[in-house]
Amino acid sequence: MPAVRPSARTRVAAALGRSTARLARVVRPGGGSVIGARVTLALAPNALEELAAGRRIAVVSGTNGKSTTTAFLAAAGTAAGHEVVSNIEGANLRTGIVATLSQKRAADLAVLEIDELALPLLLPALPSPVITLLNLSRDQLDRFGEVRTIAASWRAALEARDDATVVANADDPLVVWGASGAADVTFVGVGLGWRLDAASCPNCGGRIVMADRQAVNADWWCDTCELRRPPCLELDGAELRDQAGVVVATIAPGVPGRHNVGNAALAVVAAMKLGIDVNVAAAAMADVSSVAGRYQRVRVGDTEVRLLLAKNPAGWAEMLTLTSGADVPLVLGINARIADGKDPSWLWDVEYERCRGRRVVAAGERASDLAVRLHYAEVPCDVWGGDVDALLRGLRTLDAPEVDLIANYTVFADLVRELRAR
Amino acid sequence: MRESAVRVCVVYPELLGTYGDGGNAVVLAQRLRWRDIDAELVSVAVDEVLPLDCDVYVLGGGEDAPQSLAALRLAEHGLARAVDAGAGVLAICAGLQVLGRTFTAADGSTVEGLGILDCTTRPKGSRMIGELVAEPTAFALPTLTGFENHGGITELGPEARPLGRVVTGNGNGVGGDEGVVQGRVIGTYLHGPALARNPALADLFLSWIVGDDLSPLDDTVIERLRTERLKAAR
Repeated sequence: MPAVRPSARTRVAAALGRSTARLARVVRPGGGSVIGARVTLALAPNALEELAAGRRIAVVSGTNGKSTTTAFLAAAGTAAGHEVVSNIEGANLRTGIVATLSQKRAADLAVLEIDELALPLLLPALPSPVITLLNLSRDQLDRFGEVRTIAASWRAALEARDDATVVANADDPLVVWGASGAADVTFVGVGLGWRLDAASCPNCGGRIVMADRQAVNADWWCDTCELRRPPCLELDGAELRDQAGVVVATIAPGVPGRHNVGNAALAVVAAMKLGIDVNVAAAAMADVSSVAGRYQRVRVGDTEVRLLLAKNPAGWAEMLTLTSGADVPLVLGINARIADGKDPSWLWDVEYERCRGRRVVAAGERASDLAVRLHYAEVPCDVWGGDVDALLRGLRTLDAPEVDLIANYTVFADLVRELRAR
Repeated sequence: MRESAVRVCVVYPELLGTYGDGGNAVVLAQRLRWRDIDAELVSVAVDEVLPLDCDVYVLGGGEDAPQSLAALRLAEHGLARAVDAGAGVLAICAGLQVLGRTFTAADGSTVEGLGILDCTTRPKGSRMIGELVAEPTAFALPTLTGFENHGGITELGPEARPLGRVVTGNGNGVGGDEGVVQGRVIGTYLHGPALARNPALADLFLSWIVGDDLSPLDDTVIERLRTERLKAAR
C-alpha cells in the first residue's frame, strides 16, 4: 500500500476516470484508459504526483526497446515479491501513466515506460525514480524534430534533480550526454546497432570518433570536447561484467535478438538499483517470451505468423537481423499515421537490400512507398496495400506454413487488436 | 557511351542524411545501372577528403549543429571547384541552405554558406511540415511531389531562379517559390526522397552526365506512388 494516500479529490477523480474508461471500452474495445485518464486529470491536475507518491518508481525511456525493457523490469519486480503496476501496452504519456497508476492503487512498485519527449515533463512528478535510458535515434521525423534536442532536455531535467538514480547505455553518445546531467549514473556498455545519429557531438557539435566501427563495445570520444565513453559495466556476449571484469549476471532473455540482450542487461542493473537480487532479476527476464504481442506467434488461416514490431530505421535494422536466419516469407507493413510519423522517407534509411532472394510482401496504407523502396533495392514484391482488413485477407490466402511479419507502429497495433478481438 | 563509371557522391551522410535523403543517390545509381551504364556510389564521411572529380553530388537534410559543421567542411574541401568543373549537385533542405550565401544556426548566429546558390535562409519561427507539391518552372518536368519538414525561409538573389511554383505546402516559404536552381545545382525542400518520388528529376541529372538519349524504364510502381501522393495532397 502506498505510504501516502492521494487526496480525496484525486481518489474521486481516479474513480471517475476508471468508470469513464470502462464505458469507453464498451464503445470501442481495446481503448478507453486514456480517455478515462483525461477525465481524472481534468478534475485533479496533480493526479500524477499524488498517484505516484509513496511508491517505488522505475522509469524506462529511449527511442527503441522501451516496452520490452519495461516488461523485463516489471517481471523482475514481480519475481522479487513486489506488487507491480506497469504500462506495458505503450500508453506512455501523462494520461496513459495516470490511467495505469489509477488502476492498481495498492501496487508498491510502478515500472513506467515513458515517451522520450515526455520524460522531462513527467519526471518532476515522480519521487526518487530509478531511470533506465536506452538509446536515441531518428523516429517520427515530422513530429520529434532533432534527437539532440531530446538529449538536451533529458540533461536539463536530470540536472534539476538530486534524488534520481540513472542506468544508461554507455555506447550511445546522445544518451551518455543526456544522462550525465544526473548526480548518480551507472553506465552499461550494451552496444548500439544504429550509429548514424551519433556522428556529431551532442555537447559541442564536434566529431564523434569510433575506435572500431564494427566492434560492439568500441571506445568512442569527441575530437573536440571532453565527452567520451564513460567507465561502465560491460556486456560481453551473454555475460554482464563489472569494471573489474567480474561476471555480475548471465543475460538470457526469453525474447530473441541481440538488442534484447542489451535491453535485459540494462534492466538487470536497474533491478539491482531497486534492491532486487540480480539472479532473481535475470531469471525473471528469461521467462518473458512476448511483450504486448511482439515476438508472439499467431495462426492466421493456415499460416503461423510471427509478429515483429519495428518503428524506425534502428528498429528495422534489429528486425532484419533477427529474421535473416529463417527462409520464410516476409510481410512488411507500413503506415504513416500521426503515431508512426507522417513522413515515411526513413524507408530509405533501412537496408531492404538484405531481403533479396526472399519472398516479400509490401503491406499497409503506405505499401506503395515501400514497394518503390523495394523496387530500387531489387527486391521483387507483392503489394497488399490498405488497412488491417487487407492485411488479414492477404495473410489468410498466403500459401506458406510460416511467415515473419514486420510492421510499424499502427499496422502492428491494429493487427494485434483485431487478432485479440476474434 | 562513356567508358568510366558515373560517380555519384553522397556527401557526409552522417551529417546530412536525417530524412532518408541518401535514397537519392541510390535512385541515381540504379537508374544508370538499369540502363547498362556503370555507376559508383562514393560515400564520403565528414573526416574524409571530399573527392572533387565526381559527376554528381547529393546532399541531404540534417539537424542544426551538423549543418554548420557540414558547411565548414565543404568550404574547406572546395565543393565549389567541382561545381565550376561542371558537376551536378542535388541539395535537399539543410543541404540547400548550406549551399546558399548564409543561413541561421541554432544559437541564432548567422553562418556563412558556400555561396554556390544565390540565396539566403532565415528562420521562420515555426516548422513547415507536410506534403509539398510544386509545378516545375525551371525545367520541363512533371509535377514535383515530396514531403517538407523545415523551419527556414529561403529568399533568392538575382543569380538564382526557383525550381517551381508551390501548389500545396510552403516550399521556400516566401513568394510561392519552391527550390533554387543555378546552373547544374538544384536545391529543394522535397524529401520523400525527392528522386524516388520524381524519377524525371533524377533523369534530368543523368541527362547532364550521359546525354539525352536515356532509354525509358518501367516506372509503373513509382507512378502508382505518385498518383497516391498527389491525390493525398489535394
